[in-house]
Amino acid sequence: MKKNDFYLVGGILLLAIIALIMIQLMKSEGSMVVVRVQDKEYMRLPLDEDTTYTIHQDDGQWNTIEIKNGYVRMLDASCPQKICVKHRRIRYNNESIYCNPNEVFLWVVGDTDSELDAIAK
Amino acid sequence: MKSKKVASYGLFIALAFIFSYIEYLIPLPFTMPGIKLGLANLVIIIALYGIGIKEAFILSMVRILLVGFTFRDPSTLLFSFAGGILSWLLMAICKKSKLFSMVGVSIVGGIAHNIGQIIVAIYYVNNTSLLYYLPFLMISGVVSGTLIGILAALTIKRLNKYFKYSDD
Repeated sequence: MKKNDFYLVGGILLLAIIALIMIQLMKSEGSMVVVRVQDKEYMRLPLDEDTTYTIHQDDGQWNTIEIKNGYVRMLDASCPQKICVKHRRIRYNNESIYCNPNEVFLWVVGDTDSELDAIAK
Repeated sequence: MKSKKVASYGLFIALAFIFSYIEYLIPLPFTMPGIKLGLANLVIIIALYGIGIKEAFILSMVRILLVGFTFRDPSTLLFSFAGGILSWLLMAICKKSKLFSMVGVSIVGGIAHNIGQIIVAIYYVNNTSLLYYLPFLMISGVVSGTLIGILAALTIKRLNKYFKYSDD
């Protein structure tokens, strides 16, 4: 290993830690989950009401969303790898779960649109 | 020499393919998309140092195509290609610059792979919230990149003789 390797590792870890601290500091609890299917808003669900909902698409694909104790997660889905189902549950602003094969996107938002969203627009 | 090259390609593609399969079989306890060992990158790095930059690129692209249609959903191909191309590009630059050892190059490759995928995902999903994954992926990239880099260096050392002959 060269000396530069250590600088590289140090630099990357420092950047990552700064980013994590910033995320922690800016973290705020979301109030709604926005469900988007194929890039179009499908529905919004409040996070304070426990519920399960299954989205059925025309091509037979489906995703089941569960809201429980203020958290939202993908309970089950018809996609092959189920990466979205394995994803940890989410509750904070701007956290998201994306099911790529089915193009279902869960996104936690607060009462007002977040800064990141404003940048995106 | 041509037949030797064909044989090398076959061998490396088969290896990369098998490693992708092994990777697919090992469930990691972390539930975040993108966190993985990057076993296939071991083969790409060995090719990068042992055969050449151009060959490593072809190898990487063929692997992604094969894996995309077998163990993964073809819808992930776009992401994989973006990750694979960026990863190869930055590894090639780092190798040429001679700034880093194989460990550094491997770390750069691993993280570049994740960054490439995130860039496409942000464009695809039309939402910047995916950037939140980046710090976690950077840390996991350092860990797995270091391991893969050390493994690659050990392997190259042992296969030195083979590569010396394949140079001509």
